[in-house]
Amino acid sequence: MFIKKSTMLGAAAAVLFSGMSTSAFAQVEIQWWHAMGGTNGERVNKIASDFNATQSDYKVVPVYKGNYTETMTAAVAAFRAKKQPHIVQVFEVGTATMMAAKGAVYPIEDVMKDAGEPFDKSIYVPGVISYYQTPDGKLLSMPFNSSTPVLWYNKDAFKKAGIEKVPTTWDEMDAAADKLVASGMKCGYSFGWQSWVMIENYSAWNNQAIGTKENGFAGTDTELTFNTPALKNRLQKIADGQKSGRFVYGGRRGDSLPSFTNGDCGMWMNSSAYYGSIKTQAKFDYGQAMLPYDTEIASKPQNSIIGGATLWVLKGKPQSDYKGVAKFMTYLSSAPVQAWWHQETGYVGITMAATKLSEEQGFYKANPGTDTAAKQLSLNPPTPNSKGLRFGNFVQIRDVINEEMEAIWAGKKTASEGLDAAVERGNKLLRKFEKVN
Amino acid sequence: MLKRVHFNTSWLPFALVAPQIFITVVFFLWPAGQAIFQSFLLEDAFGLSTEFVWFDNFKELWADDAYTDSFSRTAFFSLMVAFLSLSIALVLAGMADRIVKFATTYRTLLIWPYAVAPVLAGALFVFMFDPTLGLVAYALDIFGYDWNHKLNGGEAMALVIMAATWKQISYNFLFFLAAMQSIPKSLLEAAAIDGAGPARRFWTIIFPLITPTTFFLLVVNIVYAFFDTFGIISAVTDGGPAGATNILVYKVYSDGFIGLDLGGSAAQSVVLMAIVIVITIIQFRYIEKKVDY
Repeated sequence: MFIKKSTMLGAAAAVLFSGMSTSAFAQVEIQWWHAMGGTNGERVNKIASDFNATQSDYKVVPVYKGNYTETMTAAVAAFRAKKQPHIVQVFEVGTATMMAAKGAVYPIEDVMKDAGEPFDKSIYVPGVISYYQTPDGKLLSMPFNSSTPVLWYNKDAFKKAGIEKVPTTWDEMDAAADKLVASGMKCGYSFGWQSWVMIENYSAWNNQAIGTKENGFAGTDTELTFNTPALKNRLQKIADGQKSGRFVYGGRRGDSLPSFTNGDCGMWMNSSAYYGSIKTQAKFDYGQAMLPYDTEIASKPQNSIIGGATLWVLKGKPQSDYKGVAKFMTYLSSAPVQAWWHQETGYVGITMAATKLSEEQGFYKANPGTDTAAKQLSLNPPTPNSKGLRFGNFVQIRDVINEEMEAIWAGKKTASEGLDAAVERGNKLLRKFEKVN
Repeated sequence: MLKRVHFNTSWLPFALVAPQIFITVVFFLWPAGQAIFQSFLLEDAFGLSTEFVWFDNFKELWADDAYTDSFSRTAFFSLMVAFLSLSIALVLAGMADRIVKFATTYRTLLIWPYAVAPVLAGALFVFMFDPTLGLVAYALDIFGYDWNHKLNGGEAMALVIMAATWKQISYNFLFFLAAMQSIPKSLLEAAAIDGAGPARRFWTIIFPLITPTTFFLLVVNIVYAFFDTFGIISAVTDGGPAGATNILVYKVYSDGFIGLDLGGSAAQSVVLMAIVIVITIIQFRYIEKKVDY
């Protein structure tokens, strides 16, 4: 409907102003719903308008639809009402839901092939695209903004506390946190997105499975298995560390960011994409390093997994529109666009060329540590435990995990009870998903 | 003997109530019917595969501890919000009724919070009580109290009750004040001459005479606490920590709109609908008998 209307308008305009301008003639509008608010929203607009300026057949129209869950819900509702956009940005935990909706999504590899657009998968970072492929290797959605959790630390506080080496293991982490507290800080470390950082990435980084069937990649009859002795032990230690101030819980998502930037906590584990916020808010010298690994279960770190979102193409539009979508995807993956996006936001460049270009431009030299995320993602070739995860209803499962972890931090449950309950409740949601799809 | 009056045409009364019936059907009965229908379905998010499962969604709810826990939590939350907002508004209205100077200013200021949307009310409290940035949390810290509603379920509950109550006081205040001002002054003056002090006049004259208003507000407040508070919960706690503020209406929202579990969410809203119907019937049948009009 939308397209037809604008095409007619374009035609009408062309008739009216014939001879003056023909650029508006038959320009196809491509709706792009995204979840990037604030500064990142402006960057999304810039990408779209830059693309529009490169050609005159298509016009990409970005629309901000709220946060990730709101955007996904909006797209789902729109699809049910047959008013869906061409492209929608969906966060990584929505992947299984989108994948299962075979009648609704148009796999990006098919979009490119059907439009005759050249598409070479090998230019993308393996750790990024492995998350969004079918078991037989078909890419379903286009990675857009990917990040991974890193260890942010306050260099000034480290100096004051006499910590010389940035922690690489959990034992060193605890020792450093204790020194920070002894030097007068309110808290040693905190973290956000706790399911992603402390369960999903903790497991991948130590090469542990969090569920059966290759973390759900090999089938929907998967079960969660992260209630392992090692993780129970780790979370219990963290919970116990609250007494001395070694760890302070600061809420879900990025809610605990201020506790790092205002100098309460000396270390903070969360997405590399907080780079922009930390750069503007922190009034001290800060750095980012790789996550600590657990010497009790691993002798060296494996690789971390990504978070963030990809762009999904939805079916049900005129076939000719998808040619524009394909062209836009090619533009989006080009090295200059990706390098710019990466340097501005702290998200990982999705192609190897973007990282290389950033290096050539001297970005990493000028901003030490900004390549941590990329290095961490590609530290080792991904194993079945570390290529990502694919669980249905995972948005709800993460909520369950959040609830149970909060019960552990509040001392209402032991780590063992909390993790057992999280696995049991999560498995129920997995069975429900299996039944529907 | 009264003369019976008839309209000649029988369609006129129907035509006159038709707009009201139309609105009721479109905005109340149809959605409610849809919710009931949906509660029997198991459906994927996009609506591509739909299965009729009878009462499976309901059975699953009763088997879920998180859901059954939510009942007592919701009861506590609603009663606290209704009780606190009614009693505080009553005290404020009692004071405002007696005041002479600056009466309008005082009233206007008290009515202001009603113009604030629930989400904004929630956001205000989030800013005041944020454990790291909030003014109130900072003040409490000076007194040696470590406020962290992101970890402590009791504090989180207290916070959403405060926000929900604060928002509702103005509404109750307006109605109480109007009710009090409609009480004939002569009654109060007579009591005063007989030697009754302000407190006694309030409890023996004002309070009994405003019971119809109190009753009306009780119903409205309970419905408010059940349905209209999810904006506050969403802004302040997201139902956390560890589900401590996950009241029924918020769970409907989070399972349906965030979790995209439409059948389960619809089943919950049907349960919620039944609860509110029952509560309202109880209120009208039993409590209303004690009200003097």
